[in-house]
Amino acid sequence: MDTFLQNVVNALQWGSFYALIALGYSMVYGVLMLFNFAHGDIFMVGSYIGFFIATGLIGLSTLGIISLPGWVILILTILIAMILTSFVGMLVERIGYRPLRNAPRASAAITGLMIGIIFETANLYLLGASRRKFPEIIDTSIFQIGNVSLTNTKIFIVIISLLFMLALNQFIQHTKWGMAIRAMAYDFTVVPLMGVPVNTIAALTFGLGSALAAAAGVFYGMAYPVLDPYMGIEYGWKSFVAAILGGRGSVIGTVIAGFLMGFLDIFVATYFPSTMRNLISFSIILVILTFRPHGFFGRAYSAQLRL
Amino acid sequence: MLLSIENLQVSYDRIRALHGISFEVDEGEIVCIIGANGAGKSTTLRAISRLMPVEPGSKMTFMGQDLTAFQPDKVVSQLGISHVPEGRRLFGNLTVMENLELAAFARKDRQAVERDYKLVFKVFPRLEERMKQAAETLSGGEQQMLAVGRALVSARKMMLLDEPSMGLAPLLMGNVFDALREINKEGTTILLVEQNARMALKFASRGYVLENGNIVLEGRSEDLLANPEVKKAYLGG
Ligand SMILES: Nc1ncnc2c1ncn2[C@@H]1O[C@H](COP(=O)(O)OP(=O)(O)OP(=O)(O)O)[C@@H](O)[C@H]1O
Ligand SMILES: [Mg+2]
Repeated sequence: MDTFLQNVVNALQWGSFYALIALGYSMVYGVLMLFNFAHGDIFMVGSYIGFFIATGLIGLSTLGIISLPGWVILILTILIAMILTSFVGMLVERIGYRPLRNAPRASAAITGLMIGIIFETANLYLLGASRRKFPEIIDTSIFQIGNVSLTNTKIFIVIISLLFMLALNQFIQHTKWGMAIRAMAYDFTVVPLMGVPVNTIAALTFGLGSALAAAAGVFYGMAYPVLDPYMGIEYGWKSFVAAILGGRGSVIGTVIAGFLMGFLDIFVATYFPSTMRNLISFSIILVILTFRPHGFFGRAYSAQLRL
Repeated sequence: MLLSIENLQVSYDRIRALHGISFEVDEGEIVCIIGANGAGKSTTLRAISRLMPVEPGSKMTFMGQDLTAFQPDKVVSQLGISHVPEGRRLFGNLTVMENLELAAFARKDRQAVERDYKLVFKVFPRLEERMKQAAETLSGGEQQMLAVGRALVSARKMMLLDEPSMGLAPLLMGNVFDALREINKEGTTILLVEQNARMALKFASRGYVLENGNIVLEGRSEDLLANPEVKKAYLGG
């Protein structure tokens, strides 16, 4: 029972990473009918940006140039990484995808993969092959509840992730720009006729998705403090699968699917040899998709006709 | 001249749909373009809204400005041209009210927008009852009401209407045209495209007849209604 609860806590943490990353895939897919295959690498970039900001701020603190408590450094790290990474995402949209808006979808998909490889190899070239250790920004304290051990970082990660997801959902459901994002998901050819600047919506979507991926990147660094240039690949693909499973453009579906992914990761590895982890979890997902080809909350029909 | 179109040529892939048509709409007018299926009516409106690229040599000016310099969303938000597309094209996943709010996305005159919502609900009380309902769950006629309602709260300088009467009961059709006339009186110029030639010509003061991508006739509505060729081809004898 205790290991079970322990696993639940870990699964929630992993699920937070997957869900945050998956939301970026899902929003872009919803708005532009485009799989941004560079998104896993944007998560990596966000994590590295967070690494540099945290290291820099901690360095300045130890030198006595600034004096900030750990939690302030943590919040600054998250916010600055989110902002800077959102610019990276918007740049990817502007340079990589916008010129291909009317090109076949395959061209955009290949472009995304290439941009991802550029991020990975640029990182390798600039920073070298050695892995980076994410600094400990706040002292970890461990709570024992029965035999379940909880750390303050884990609680922080899960709660803040959920808050971000809630904020995104509120934005999409209750603001004018969120309404335009939902309209794009239904029929993007008519949206300009409403006077809505489609390019701004595209940039906004990339920016929001990249900011959430950066948050996931920082949280990942706090939890598993080793970063490497290829970290975006596996987490990116799994989050992509979660986005498909959640249903195109559905925030709630994507969040549920992200957490499901986290639970599969942890629980499959508990009861089966860990080498079989991805085999078994992806098989389960394939079965689900067979019965729900549009995902949990996907729409079977969407009007994407030419005007 | 508010809108002036000269030698407009538009192609789909390599098939030409408009062979260099020219027409004009003056400020405050109601003008219609009539024509059979596939004549190129919707294509004309799409070209004005900048949803379709035009061939070199085509000229489109609105209030003296070159239309081709504007992105589709700017045609709405900066020039004030709204377009009710063929086949409703509502956002089915949005509520009735959200569809209206989205149509008013670019408008800054909040008070006037509120007044226009009221106007929509006055013309179509049914929409007010169904304000919170998803648009895709409306009946066909109700969807058409919403499509027209969206135009009423959208940009107000000029309105392009692609078969607004489609799928509406005759009584409601009357309401729609009454509402459009009211808006026209307040200063919105209207360019209407219709297969239902009789109705369009009764509503508009002038008309153009489009055939296979060419304008073959033009004139005052009374004259077109009385024209034997028009009678034979478009008014059922
Ligand atoms: N997306 C498209 N691809 C290729 N050809 C098209 C496309 N849309 C329209 N066309 C062609 O262009 C011509 C004009 O079409 P358009 O839709 O403008 O006609 P219309 O006058 O609006 O007809 P209707 O009254 O049936 O709506 C037609 O021959 C049509 O087949
Ligand atoms: Mg048409």
